[in-house]
Amino acid sequence: MTVIATESLSKRYPRVTALDRLSLDIGPGVTGLVGANGAGKSTLIKILLGLSPATEGSAAVLGLDVHTHGSAIRERVGYMPEHDCLPPDVSATEFVVHMARMSGLPPTAARERTADTLRHVGLYEERYRPIGGYSTGMKQRVKLAQALVHDPQLVLLDEPTNGLDPVGRDEMLGLIRRVYTDFGISVLVTSHLLGELERTCDHVVVVDGGKLLRSSSTSDFTQTTATLAVEVTDSDAHPDGTAALRKALTEAGLTLHAGEEQGLPGAGHILLVEATGESTYDTIRDTVADLGVGLVRMEQRRHHIAEVFRDNDQPAYTAQQKGAGSDGA
Amino acid sequence: MAPETSTQIHNIGYRSYDGPRLGRAYARKSLFSQSLRGAYGLGRSAKSKVLPMLLFAVMCVPALIIVAVAIAVPGSTDLPIKYTTYALTTQVVIGLYLASQAPQSVSRDLRFKTVPLYFSRPIERVDYVVAKYAAMASAMFILTATPLLIMWIGALLAKFDFVDQTKGFGQGLVSVLLLSLLFSGIGLVMAALTPRRGFGVAAIIAVLLIPYGAVTAVQGIAYSTGNAGSIDWLGLFSPITLIDGVQTAFLGATSAFPGGEGPSAGIGFVYLLVALGLIAGSYAALMARYRKAGL
Repeated sequence: MTVIATESLSKRYPRVTALDRLSLDIGPGVTGLVGANGAGKSTLIKILLGLSPATEGSAAVLGLDVHTHGSAIRERVGYMPEHDCLPPDVSATEFVVHMARMSGLPPTAARERTADTLRHVGLYEERYRPIGGYSTGMKQRVKLAQALVHDPQLVLLDEPTNGLDPVGRDEMLGLIRRVYTDFGISVLVTSHLLGELERTCDHVVVVDGGKLLRSSSTSDFTQTTATLAVEVTDSDAHPDGTAALRKALTEAGLTLHAGEEQGLPGAGHILLVEATGESTYDTIRDTVADLGVGLVRMEQRRHHIAEVFRDNDQPAYTAQQKGAGSDGA
Repeated sequence: MAPETSTQIHNIGYRSYDGPRLGRAYARKSLFSQSLRGAYGLGRSAKSKVLPMLLFAVMCVPALIIVAVAIAVPGSTDLPIKYTTYALTTQVVIGLYLASQAPQSVSRDLRFKTVPLYFSRPIERVDYVVAKYAAMASAMFILTATPLLIMWIGALLAKFDFVDQTKGFGQGLVSVLLLSLLFSGIGLVMAALTPRRGFGVAAIIAVLLIPYGAVTAVQGIAYSTGNAGSIDWLGLFSPITLIDGVQTAFLGATSAFPGGEGPSAGIGFVYLLVALGLIAGSYAALMARYRKAGL
């Protein structure tokens, strides 16, 4: 089944080409749409919602043509805009009930679905208070709730992690993942940060300048090699446990990556070891035991998508990836 | 995602929705009723109920007094003022109501960028504009027609001539219906031009009152200089004198123009055309406004 299909879709404004013969075929699941600001992500969403006619080419959402069935598409699709869109003087409940009715839900169903949806996105007692007093994270949850309240088959999320702190980002990404795994609703999520999407998406589409740069499943990107992250404690015998382990593992014949975990807690103490098979785990365990240090963690790390693009000579994206921690605009 | 609090009793998983989806017409109707209720502060905070309810009361009190006087004074055969005169006399209250509620209805959606959420749903631009316009006009009609209804009921209680009173009441209703459509259109266009509510309020008051003041002043000059012919044409340039002209020409009203003549049926037809043109123009302007405000 195809959720979104576009065929040489183009959108030209008098002075700028927003989309340039874009052909996509997106199936169910969580799909990331990545591109720099101005790459054509928002234009694509507008066309998919049937709100803006394409200059040429065609697009279909859930098997419905966007040009002729805009209203029917919008009944089955949810949309979460990038910008603020919440009136501050009403409560989340009142607002989402109203939006549910705007999607065609009868009054009773609108109230029930609102209560359910707000609970699922993690808003409890505060949902009766005016939205004006909410934190950014709570507002983002209300925005997500209004996109989900009518139980769509597909939601389009435009930069849902914008403006959130790292913890808020992780929560939002986890929530987005659940929208598909628990609720069964397919997701198209845009971001200008590649790194965010590897944890969340089954499939990543990269657009730049309105053109398709790359479209492949996340597992294609990241399953080629597995990386293990290992963190150990220091002991009296080894005041710097990390350094001792690095030396011992290298001697044991394992390949270690330079740590590229800047910005994460304990970044300097995490060793990234390339796993070649089951034996790697045993080697690490034995080495750690021989050194007599404590093993804090040993976990699988997938490669960052950015590394894949770095290999493919896409310096622009690695630059964005590095800006991931600070760039929230 | 499940909360760790001990107060959580159960967490039934996600339930999908298989019930009816009532589509565009239902959504438009819901938006209409929400906007109409909102115009009287219903479904909004207690604070936002104060002004519309107060103005509604202010509109009704004179009608109650008129009725009380009509019933109390022995031997009276008609109400002290005509049905059609009532809205003209209370135009300041009507203007204040429009200035306070039209921005509430449309500026909020623009200011807080809620409009894209509407347009990403089954309704289209035309549904949004029609629902908002109809809701504002209905709210205005309730405001202006309720006192007339009070007067009519009072007149019947006072045992005035039924046919006479009902005819006057009907003419009054047609007049305030036209007034509601015209004023709402102007008010909504003004309010939709700016996302800032304060500017909207000021703009609406200015558009209603400044032309009225200017027209009345120039009409007065024309009257005192014996230039009575121009009085009728001058009335075309402000919303309330436009209504005055139409109802004087067609609805048996007494004009408030200097000299009390009011336009003849011929000129009255021009008045009607201008009024209908303004209503259609307001609608077109709103449609154009929301083409841009879309997503």
